[in-house]
Amino acid sequence: MQRLAKNKLLTFAVVLVAIQIILALGAPVFAPYDPMAQSVARRLRAPTELNWFGTDQLGRDVLTRILYGYRTSLIACLLAVSVALLAGGALGLVAAYYRGWLDRIIMRIMDVLFAFPVMLLAIGIIAVLGPHTYSAAAAIAVVYTPIFARLLRGPALVLCESEYVAGARAIGASDARIIFMHILPNLASVILVQTTLLLSAAILVEASLSFLGLGTQPPTPSLGLMLSEGRNFLMLSPWSAIFAGFAILFLSFGFNLLGDALRDTLDPRLRGQP
Amino acid sequence: MNRVLLARLIDLVIVLFGVSIIVFLMIRLIPGDAVAIMLGANTEITPERMAELNRRVGLDRPIVEQYLLWAGSALRGDFGTSLWTGRPVAGEILLHLWPTLELTFLALLIGAVLAVPVGCLMAQTRGGAADVTMRVTAIAGLTIPSFWLGIVLILLLASWAPGFASLGYVPFSEDPVGNLQRMTLPAIALALPILANLSRLVRSAMLDALGQDYVRTARAKGLAERKVVYKHALRNALIPFLTSVGIMTGYLLGGAIVVEQVFAIPGLGRLILGAIAERNYPLIQATILVVTAGFVLVNFLVDLLYIVVDPRVRA
Repeated sequence: MQRLAKNKLLTFAVVLVAIQIILALGAPVFAPYDPMAQSVARRLRAPTELNWFGTDQLGRDVLTRILYGYRTSLIACLLAVSVALLAGGALGLVAAYYRGWLDRIIMRIMDVLFAFPVMLLAIGIIAVLGPHTYSAAAAIAVVYTPIFARLLRGPALVLCESEYVAGARAIGASDARIIFMHILPNLASVILVQTTLLLSAAILVEASLSFLGLGTQPPTPSLGLMLSEGRNFLMLSPWSAIFAGFAILFLSFGFNLLGDALRDTLDPRLRGQP
Repeated sequence: MNRVLLARLIDLVIVLFGVSIIVFLMIRLIPGDAVAIMLGANTEITPERMAELNRRVGLDRPIVEQYLLWAGSALRGDFGTSLWTGRPVAGEILLHLWPTLELTFLALLIGAVLAVPVGCLMAQTRGGAADVTMRVTAIAGLTIPSFWLGIVLILLLASWAPGFASLGYVPFSEDPVGNLQRMTLPAIALALPILANLSRLVRSAMLDALGQDYVRTARAKGLAERKVVYKHALRNALIPFLTSVGIMTGYLLGGAIVVEQVFAIPGLGRLILGAIAERNYPLIQATILVVTAGFVLVNFLVDLLYIVVDPRVRA
């Protein structure tokens, strides 16, 4: 009974995420209007059958802007988390495999990066790079690199001690072969679960940065930016802010639920952990 | 005990040293003309003038020497002067620190206090539909953008209780009621993700603890279930909870920066965003350094507390 509930949860999460990814990537196809098209006559409208989610302060269609905003957020976050996974994963694996001073130096540097509060380090990086969608992505990548390094180093250390790695070494396999063919495949489920969970968190960080005006710049459609622009017209027409918030919530929620359900399915030992 | 303490202290010093190097280097990475802006030069500058400017702030010296000079005065609490107001940076930070600290503290209080009973409840009703519902709700709580929640709360309150002042900030010492009134909504908005996170943690720690031998013993000797849960299991479940509360402060500080913007609270968020807008680099640098150092120290103290609470760590 419980297993069934879990699998239902996983199916639900996959569908929720898939729909949002399709909507995001297909924004130009699905969106009813041009995201930049302004209309002074139709400013700050409540939802109608013409504009399902209403219009913003420049008369732009909120639904269209949200679909394109999904695209901006998703692409930035996928990019950021992939870079963090590659960099952090490589560092964590190298540290675990070679041990010794290399391990100590790498993990010390990761500890230092990890010591910063996430938003603060991100803000610092953007202060250097200048506000932009890609600056926000770069900031998220740097902030998440130590998290991946720490996450993968632990299980990789255990694997390095395993008998089959010793066996592979004994028959003369190269370091690269052992890391890529023997260690990495065994980390696949950890990587999959954590990448999904961190994507969920990255979506919130990106939205926060754009909300603060440090990420995506107007007039590019962005969920965080829509929230901050909509805030100024809250009492007149809250639609833009409300729907943009729901969009951020659903996107982040979908990935988090997916990560949670994946963890339960892939690793029964971890069932019930936060 | 002393050896563990010493090891933690060495860790602390190394991490703080690393943090200071990163914050120091951050400013070196800014494109060159920013140095001119930093020094208040508004028109074109000749190379000679640039060299003179560099000499004045010590940019012509070896980088190690520059770092030592900067870190030395930072240790004495001297972070230079703000480029635009000319006031000491340390004073500016102190002025904006209190609203953020208060907000962070209130949110942590709400989140941590509520997380214990909620988490226990989740652990006790494990399995079945109630469990799944609560888990999904917790994930939703975790992924609600707190700045959006803040906006929604303002909207709701404006229609239910139009007279309730929810924006801005008054110091607690001047008007305690007004202060708490204005802090309620932002603290709730900020606390919800913490509550979701911590209650999930309490849930799993409780499930872990309830499966232990001493719980079975307590049950076997006929203790009331409530006593078993709240006295025996909970006490042990709270140890991982403590560490998480430490880590949460970092999240809260970041979240507070964003939530402050929604509620027009003049805290560190306003300070650092203002500093970025006017390219006030010494101020950005000092704010990041001070807040990160504070966060590192909080986690160090939590670590110490951990040693006191859990005798196993001392070994």
